[in-house]
Amino acid sequence: MPTVAYDEMRMPDGTVRSQYAFFADWLDRTSPERIKQKRGEAERAFHRLGITFAVYGEDAGTERLIPFDIIPRIVPAVEWQMLEAGLRQRVTALNMFLTDVFHDRNIVKAGVMAEERILGNAQYRPEMMGMNVPAGIYAHIAGIDLVRAGEGEYYVLEDNLRVPSGVSYMLENRKMMMRLFPELFSTQLIAPVEHYPDLLLENLRGVSPTTDEQPTVAILTPGPFNSAYFEHAFLAQQMGVELVEGQDLFVQDEHVYMRTTHGPQRLHVIYRRLDDDYIDPLVFRNDSMLGVPGLFGAYRAGNVTLANAVGTGIADDKSMYPFVPDMIRFYLSEEPILSNVPTYQLRKPDDLQYALDHMAELVIKEVHGAGGYGMLVGPASTTAERADFRERILAEPAKYIAQPTLALSTCPTFVDAGIAPRHIDLRPYVLSGKTVSMCPGGLTRVALREGSLVVNSSQGGGTKDTWVLGA
Amino acid sequence: MLCRTANELYWMARHIERAENTARLLDVTYRMSLLPYQVVEPGLAWAEPWSVPLVTNGLATAYYERYPVLAAENVLRFMSLDPANPSSICSCLRSARESARSVRGAITSEMYEDLNSAWLEVRQYDFDRVQAQGVSEFLDWVKMRSHLFRGVTFGTMLRDEAYHFIRLGTHLERSDNTARILDVKYHTLLPSAADVGGAVDYYQWGALLRSVSGFESYRKIYSDVITPFRVAELLILREDMPRSLHSSMTFIFDTLKLLSDRNTREVERQAGELHSRLRFGRMEQIIETGLHEYLMNFLERIGALSVAINRGFLVPSY
Repeated sequence: MPTVAYDEMRMPDGTVRSQYAFFADWLDRTSPERIKQKRGEAERAFHRLGITFAVYGEDAGTERLIPFDIIPRIVPAVEWQMLEAGLRQRVTALNMFLTDVFHDRNIVKAGVMAEERILGNAQYRPEMMGMNVPAGIYAHIAGIDLVRAGEGEYYVLEDNLRVPSGVSYMLENRKMMMRLFPELFSTQLIAPVEHYPDLLLENLRGVSPTTDEQPTVAILTPGPFNSAYFEHAFLAQQMGVELVEGQDLFVQDEHVYMRTTHGPQRLHVIYRRLDDDYIDPLVFRNDSMLGVPGLFGAYRAGNVTLANAVGTGIADDKSMYPFVPDMIRFYLSEEPILSNVPTYQLRKPDDLQYALDHMAELVIKEVHGAGGYGMLVGPASTTAERADFRERILAEPAKYIAQPTLALSTCPTFVDAGIAPRHIDLRPYVLSGKTVSMCPGGLTRVALREGSLVVNSSQGGGTKDTWVLGA
Repeated sequence: MLCRTANELYWMARHIERAENTARLLDVTYRMSLLPYQVVEPGLAWAEPWSVPLVTNGLATAYYERYPVLAAENVLRFMSLDPANPSSICSCLRSARESARSVRGAITSEMYEDLNSAWLEVRQYDFDRVQAQGVSEFLDWVKMRSHLFRGVTFGTMLRDEAYHFIRLGTHLERSDNTARILDVKYHTLLPSAADVGGAVDYYQWGALLRSVSGFESYRKIYSDVITPFRVAELLILREDMPRSLHSSMTFIFDTLKLLSDRNTREVERQAGELHSRLRFGRMEQIIETGLHEYLMNFLERIGALSVAINRGFLVPSY
């Protein structure tokens, strides 16, 4: 069992860390009534603006607010520089790995990874073999989940290379904080994040399949019933591009067009917020009405760019995660700047035995799970839950990995009883195109239940603004 | 702009306008049903005032599937809050709100907030409350919500294609509905043709004018007794009367001039032709054709125009 978690704001002896000094000072100087008023103001504004997400498994169409906490997560500039370099390195290697998977498989030839790991992976898309994508970029938008276990000690918890969401909260949280604390922004050097939509648009335009005309970009959404629909609409509006559904597009002669009131309009880059399975019923799931028949054909013909590319799932799968440090060494000949969490692969008999013997200490996850579903947090589990999970693991060991329960760092957070430490993580968004770029910080997610380590919004997590503080 | 977006905006506007016009139609029926000297001859049940909102909207069959007899209370319930009736006020507001939600980025946040709150409010109504408060009060509320939404739209929205498609929807729906409301009088008038010019007739035309907010305008323009000839003129040919057919067609034609390109010129031409008939039409000729026949012909043409707009802009077949 981990001992005491790292507190982002205070040292073990209670002294405030230097990056938090001005905020602690603000908390001291401000009356509880005034703070209460600020928190109320934030909540009302989020309600009015309709910044909601839909919840699966409850009444269809239920819209909920993600709880927002007004105490920021503050990252000193030096730490961010290290993180930024690490993220850049990691995402670059992941894109190189994806290129390799779908072309020469040098990593297999070199004996670093068994070909079976690729071919046997449910996320492997043979349809992508031999296809060249603009700039060799597959994961144009990556959300890398980081946790901190100690001073300067960050781990990558997982890579999200398919359709990572949450960036709209990063932007809305910042807008809210600037409204609530104008005086703090005017006196502190807090790195801005508001240019994210511009970075994204530039990044997407940069991977257009053609250079002879101004590329037209659109966001493809599954529709208003998707849990992240607000974000799709938000990003389209912020970038000034169309938000399209499958029915708005059609393919002719391997080119993609939007149906507009002035006739067909060619589309060059599609930021698709739709899983691979749903994008083209002619190639993938044929029962899906969300995609566009012929889209994959146009993609393969090189007439449209999909961001992210088809097949990125093979690189962010939890069974591939343990290999990422090797990828960095293999493709870049560098040592990884960011560490992985030690991971037991339960397909291996030794690891399986270890995991079954230590269930109460480990976090056990489904290889293909996401959103905090299908996982067991050992220290927080009951005997019955463990017994149940054991059955499931034994039925299909290869479906699971296990990791030590990290002492995720905590950040002071407003809860019913006042201010209390709650566990947090950090998801920076890394954009890859002609260059790699990112906004300083990212989305900080917070597990609002006491002791909980699960930060996903679908599991009662909240969010905070993330401040990268200038030197 | 995307056809789907244009389509949703157009139908959002049509549904709001339809909710308002259903309220107006119920209002005129309600007022007429309160008048004395009702003449209902046996065998002419369709001439009973409460059948009018059903007949003019083609909802009689749907009504009789749900309610055994024709009764004021049932018709009001069916047309105001019945979710099973897709043309009820409640259903119209729901459809409008759903359209708005699916194209939120194309309208202003004030517009969405306004429509959302109208929907949240109408959900709070049940028929008992409508009756307890008074039917007229509920109908007035519907009209006010429609005014409010139009005002927010007018006051906040960029004059882009999205705005034009909203206007197109509003005025197509309105011209259709004004023609239908005007035709109501045809239905109630027929059995008592002998009474033309009598007291009942006067009150009936007065009620009709009030339902389209035209009573005061009539007085202002004609400063004289209410005659069917002038009421028809006011609601068909006067361009300065906001709910007249001529006025709506002017908006439709002007808007289509802005929207059409070489592929959609034919839609513009059709609207122009219909507009000219109103612009240069004469009342004497309309009476000669027969008011009912004239209105039926207009409804047919406006229906054809809707189909052409659909094909040209909203649901293209390529």
